[in-house]
Amino acid sequence: MAPTRSTSRRVRRRIVTERPPALVTPPAPPAGTPGTTPVIEFRSVSKHYGVGAVGLDQATFSVDPGAFMFLVGSTGSGKSTVMRLLIKELEADSGTLRVAGHDLARIARRRVPFYRRNLGVVFQDFKLLPNRTVHDNVAYALQVTGGSRKDIRAKVPDILRLTGLATKLHNYPDQLSGGEQQRVAIARAFVNHPPLLLADEPTGNLDPETSIGIMQLLYRINRTGTTVLVATHDQAMVNKMRRRVLELSHGRIVRDEASGLYNRDESTREFAARLRNDVPRTPEL
Amino acid sequence: MKVGFFLRESLRSLRRNAAPSFAAVATILLTMLVIGVFIPIVQATTGAANDVRKRVLVDVYLKTDAKPADVARVQQLLQGTPGVKRVEYVSKAQAYAQQKAKDPAAFALLGSNPLPDTFRITPTDPGNVLKLKSELAPTATSGGTATPLDRSIDEVRDQKADTTKILQVTRFVKLMAGSLAVLLVLASIFLIANTIRLSLYARRREIEVMKLVGATDWFIRWPFVIEGIVVGAFGTALAIAVLAVGKIALLDPLANDFALISSPQTIGFSALIAIMLAAGVGISALGSGLSLRRFLRV
Repeated sequence: MAPTRSTSRRVRRRIVTERPPALVTPPAPPAGTPGTTPVIEFRSVSKHYGVGAVGLDQATFSVDPGAFMFLVGSTGSGKSTVMRLLIKELEADSGTLRVAGHDLARIARRRVPFYRRNLGVVFQDFKLLPNRTVHDNVAYALQVTGGSRKDIRAKVPDILRLTGLATKLHNYPDQLSGGEQQRVAIARAFVNHPPLLLADEPTGNLDPETSIGIMQLLYRINRTGTTVLVATHDQAMVNKMRRRVLELSHGRIVRDEASGLYNRDESTREFAARLRNDVPRTPEL
Repeated sequence: MKVGFFLRESLRSLRRNAAPSFAAVATILLTMLVIGVFIPIVQATTGAANDVRKRVLVDVYLKTDAKPADVARVQQLLQGTPGVKRVEYVSKAQAYAQQKAKDPAAFALLGSNPLPDTFRITPTDPGNVLKLKSELAPTATSGGTATPLDRSIDEVRDQKADTTKILQVTRFVKLMAGSLAVLLVLASIFLIANTIRLSLYARRREIEVMKLVGATDWFIRWPFVIEGIVVGAFGTALAIAVLAVGKIALLDPLANDFALISSPQTIGFSALIAIMLAAGVGISALGSGLSLRRFLRV
């Protein structure tokens, strides 16, 4: 066991130090993003499930560091495929997928855990452990990645304060409301301060009022410099936030707007832009 | 801290599925009992058989009228025969003295010495006794009585019946014990695999979360491997305890009366314990590994 521990520490440190884009030379970034390496870069990525079922079809987009982006689309449009490709639960059939300059196809299977430590992931069903308290659920993320007791004592109370759970420390998940459970999940995802936070339908099970609170929390996390990618059905939320929106349909990207609405109804600004023949698309495309 | 974490996790899941764990412990106990009992038994019987095999001799009886010159000639002949390891000459007088020492009364009745001069031949390979015998006294092609190689040889004899019987029995015991042990080892492996599989199933959510937050494959596996090993070690410890009780209560008092039990060739008790522990841990590690390979896609 001792060797495992030392290896994991060593490898982890290496990955973390590899994080600055200088180490990996990404291919020339797509036109329009001078200088910065995108946090996420899809280049004609395709993923098919079995015969005929399309997960993702020639998707190309990139996300800049510090962005807050929505991924919208009906069920089966490929939102979850994007998420699962990003956490390397799935492999792309073709195309290149880079996260912070790392080509995901080149990460060896046994290095995947170390890659995942640089991501925070939040799901619709929270994925909390029912037999552990709020504190232990969050601490678990640190424990399994080899965090020391000291680490846990330093980080967990902080993150619980940030997520507004300081008073629920010793409660079990089934004693919490849905919104509170999702906060615990977000706290667990963010306790390592990953540079990228993925949220797959984080408000899918919550009422609108609670959803606002969760979105606020994600926004607060985004303000610390973390890139946040949210896949959602929550129309009202997307419309209110006015952030970049990427719409998928049958695995294709059908819309990419810098500050879009959930639906394709045009704002007056867009309308005017279209009249001037200058559609305000994101520079990456 | 890490080791503590793994231990806590594995004990926690052992408590949670106590029934399959108990089944696995019971099978391991049984397997180890069989192994622990049969290793000494097979050793003792093999030792006894080897003893007899070593004593497997071919006796060459000379005719009573054989002269010293004949004796010397036959001795030359025997020593030159391939497959002969040692030739020992027992003269009439020596044979008489030996037999008389065994049963003085019977020999006192005999006026003269009826025993012939004898050569006791030790073959290089005990299995070759028959071949050697037929070489020294080839049977006529038409069958019938064997004609010895030399005219002074009266008869060539071996203890064929005795030896084959003993060899057969040892082979049978070995085969039975071996197949029983193999079957029980397999059963233990699969029961442990099943226990681990259930515990994997019970903890699939935890495993999912572990993968999500970036636990390494081995970090996820260790608690299950430890769980399997705890089951194996516990079962083996019970078996050792039972064996120790059996040894103290049954074998030790009998050891003075039965040569087989006190046979010096059998394994020492501490060595037996070491072997059993190694086998128990090995079996359980194998069982855990089997389940982890099949059901834990990390």
